[in-house]
Amino acid sequence: MKTVEEIKAAIEAAAPGAVVEVVHNPGPSAEHSLRIDREHAVAVATFLRDDAELALDYLSNLTGVDWLDKEIAEKVKVTHQVTKTVEGVEQTVEETVEETRKHVVPGYLETVYHLYSMAKKHGPVVIRMRTVNRSDQVEMPSLTPVWRAAEFQEREVFDLYGIVFKGHPDLRRILMWDEFKDHPMRRDYVDPDDYEYEPTAHDEVLARAKAHQAATPQEGAGQ
Amino acid sequence: MTPSTGEIAMSLARQEGWNRPPVVKPGGEGELLELAMGPHHPSTHGVFRMDVALDGERVIRLKPVFGYLHRNHEKIGEKTTYLSSMPYTDRLDYFCSMTNNWAYALAVEKLSGQGVPERAEYLRVILAELTRVQNHASTIGFLLQEMGASGTPLMYAFREREKILDLFESLSGSRMMCNYMRFGGCRVDASPAWLDGARKVVAGLPEFVDEFDRFLRTNEILMARTQGMGVLRPELAVNAGVTGPMLRASGVSYDLRKVDRYGIYDRFKFRVPLGDHGDIYDRYMVRMLEMRESIAILEQALKDVPGGPVMDPKAKLRNFRPKAGEAYGRIEGPKGELGFYLISDGGPNPYRYRVRPPSLINLTILEDMCLGQNVADVVLIFGSVDIVLGEVDR
Repeated sequence: MKTVEEIKAAIEAAAPGAVVEVVHNPGPSAEHSLRIDREHAVAVATFLRDDAELALDYLSNLTGVDWLDKEIAEKVKVTHQVTKTVEGVEQTVEETVEETRKHVVPGYLETVYHLYSMAKKHGPVVIRMRTVNRSDQVEMPSLTPVWRAAEFQEREVFDLYGIVFKGHPDLRRILMWDEFKDHPMRRDYVDPDDYEYEPTAHDEVLARAKAHQAATPQEGAGQ
Repeated sequence: MTPSTGEIAMSLARQEGWNRPPVVKPGGEGELLELAMGPHHPSTHGVFRMDVALDGERVIRLKPVFGYLHRNHEKIGEKTTYLSSMPYTDRLDYFCSMTNNWAYALAVEKLSGQGVPERAEYLRVILAELTRVQNHASTIGFLLQEMGASGTPLMYAFREREKILDLFESLSGSRMMCNYMRFGGCRVDASPAWLDGARKVVAGLPEFVDEFDRFLRTNEILMARTQGMGVLRPELAVNAGVTGPMLRASGVSYDLRKVDRYGIYDRFKFRVPLGDHGDIYDRYMVRMLEMRESIAILEQALKDVPGGPVMDPKAKLRNFRPKAGEAYGRIEGPKGELGFYLISDGGPNPYRYRVRPPSLINLTILEDMCLGQNVADVVLIFGSVDIVLGEVDR
């Protein structure tokens, strides 16, 4: 089977303009993956499925991953021009100071696809895609028209991660109920307080139950 | 060629958006009956619903509805350590806890580069094949139950299943929630007496399969109700990611025990049974033949179980922190390809813990198989997929 670099070259030859990047996997499994861009995703996927040599006709696993905003602290050497009074004479001296600079790498949502070939019995080829961010630009092309196996799995990723798959025939929640608002598999998801929780002799729970009873009018109260 | 009722309904439903049912009966006057089969229908094997639209007796639309048993298994897996997830994998497909354990152990071993001692590999194969036999026997029993053969075939299957579950219990302490495998081997060693007991059970299995098969194979009702019913074309099966006996009944030779050769499956001689027509009868036959092949593997494996440890002495279970990276481990479970996808960031918990459930993905083509069929046959088609809701909903 071809290596990821060879597959990258094949994709770039078959789908002009496609941006493909090799993502190195440092673990012992050494399953390296290819990150493809959203605009050419359907063309790339169709090529991977239909290419005679690769023949990746089977999409085994499709899943989402949530990568949060990351704050990176870097130590940077900065040279300032400082005016100093040395022995009564004003001089401009260059002084190098080490400063810590923080910058935030924006988070994103990612989908991972594990492709195999049933015809050639090889694999896996791992491809991945990213959304722009994890708040408002969470759209991604659906690969259900290429592999029907994506149908329920994309619905699941939409349900649990909130990635919107454009071109999916029936994008609805699959595991959570329709009225549910949040996406529970996101890393920053906070469980709602469970008010039906039976109060136990536990300070935190008792305090929470009291606060809830104070905040909500009780049935039969005020009669 | 004129399109069938099912195809027309399908295109109508797609045009209208699947949320709204087609209100006009295709090609004629009259009304459609919308029916919710489940979640408490006995044929749904648990809590599962099929919203069907019926034109008389014929199904023209079918939407599966999941989630009644959803407890976000994957989130819980990300919040606990690698080891703590192991007993929880038993609860996925509670018929096949041994293969669930193996799939998860395989994924973690791939993630951390952990090896497994030979004796543990043998025990894993023995337990996985015993699991496959009892799962297939029960599935066929349930299928017959839904056909109206109340109880008898199911009890024949359960009689044999109990013998296998007794073996599991004496080895792991639990009949169904075995929690037996670990990354780097198995939890406890099998005694010589246990191996003798296993040999005795396996020696009785061919007789059971012969008897089971003799009663059922040429049964008139079984043949009339399953042949040519719920046909799944191989191209669609491959494209829809169908795996396991479902896929092989459609004639696609893809068995991970042969393709991936995980564990020590390359040491055993066995065949991969394939179907011709992809109907319910072929699925039944493939399961029956797979039981025979599993018995062949069991006989070979039980003949020469090597000595030695069942756990790699260097394997780390407590305070286990695999290096950053990711791995996808998959095995041929009795229901299809069961995979675990793990991402490690070097911490004690997996950053991402994903279960690839064969039961859920095999249901993708349920509507395609049921369109145009009678509503009574939907129960059989659904039963032939062989799902467990603990795994579908996770």
